Amino acid sequence: MRQEPIELILLKQWSSYVAVPIWITDVDGNLIYYNEPAEPILGRRFDDAGEIPADRISQLFFTSDPDGQPVPNSELPLVVALTDHVPAHRLMRIEALDGSIRLIEVTAIPIIGQAGRHLGAMATFWEPQ
Amino acid sequence: MRVTLWGTRGSVARAGAGTVRYGGDTACVEVVGSDGTVLILDAGSGLLNVASCLPPTTTRVDLLLTHLHMDHIQGLGFFRPLRSSETETHVWGPVSTTMGLAERLARYLSPPLFPVRLRELATEWHDLEPETIQLGPFRITSDLICHPGPTFGYRVEENGRALVYMPDHEPALGHQRFPSDRRWTSGCGLASGADVLIHDAQYTEEEYAERVGWGHSTLGQAVAFASQAEVGRLVTFHHDPQHTDEMLDHLHRQMAETGTDVEVVAGTAGSTFEL
Repeated sequence: MRQEPIELILLKQWSSYVAVPIWITDVDGNLIYYNEPAEPILGRRFDDAGEIPADRISQLFFTSDPDGQPVPNSELPLVVALTDHVPAHRLMRIEALDGSIRLIEVTAIPIIGQAGRHLGAMATFWEPQ
Repeated sequence: MRVTLWGTRGSVARAGAGTVRYGGDTACVEVVGSDGTVLILDAGSGLLNVASCLPPTTTRVDLLLTHLHMDHIQGLGFFRPLRSSETETHVWGPVSTTMGLAERLARYLSPPLFPVRLRELATEWHDLEPETIQLGPFRITSDLICHPGPTFGYRVEENGRALVYMPDHEPALGHQRFPSDRRWTSGCGLASGADVLIHDAQYTEEEYAERVGWGHSTLGQAVAFASQAEVGRLVTFHHDPQHTDEMLDHLHRQMAETGTDVEVVAGTAGSTFEL
């Protein structure tokens, strides 16, 4: 019976209670959850979008820098957190699932569990005032 | 394997007329393999009972700690084999991101909290990760479960039979409905299909409402979890120090009357079962 690590279980539960947008990926970069406050920014309810494999994420969410220039995948905050295991922050544009384009600030941190296990990454994001 | 419950009480030892049958000693379970290999799960005050029952031929004891809360370690300093060179002893416990197992235990096993220093004990200390190890005939899997601080549940397998030990566990924490998705339930993978699950059942529903996040379960949650994980038999454990034998009888009788798809056995000190 497959079960997620306790660190991810607790993170998902915590995310479902807080009022800031949270996005969680597993260690392979697959989207495994985003919470209700993230839904208006991403343009779709998580219950409708469901989990998204890593290779589909860049096809569904088009990202660019604030001037509209493409951002290499390796420089996206979540990718940096997943691959380099360090926090990362960036101002960027995103085309959401409802087709709207939004300017957002993204901060991603790696999820490193007990015994140094790399379990994934999480990001919070918001639209600058 | 033969499993004996030597300490079933949670939080703090509670001796007295009201705890005679379920027992007043804190968490300790002995598991003896088909070849005589001895495993001990947790070192609560029940550990003192193990020492007096170990066969004189025992040459090695492996003691696996789920976590380092006091009710799971307070027997360590009184366990004779740890002070004897005649029995080889190994203590295993969850790894931490900051300090080693021995260093963390030394906070308690040193003056002024305890007269004996950890370094005076003749044992080997092992930091255990979420992993599977082999000890004699036992295949032992450790995994982190929901309880404050790094806490393991253990799955002990021998000859195709599985015992799972989760004395302190709050799988319902944060769930708006419980039980729900197995994939997102703490401990479900480790407990899956076990023949016997020894599980936290500390609180009544009313007590739990005031102690959410303390790391423990109600009897009802323990049954729901056991059912979700499709275990054969649930042995209730970590009884609240305020719960008398009479009250525990009543709670288990109530549970039996509601009907469950899992066999529920009240964990009583001194009870033994074979897998």
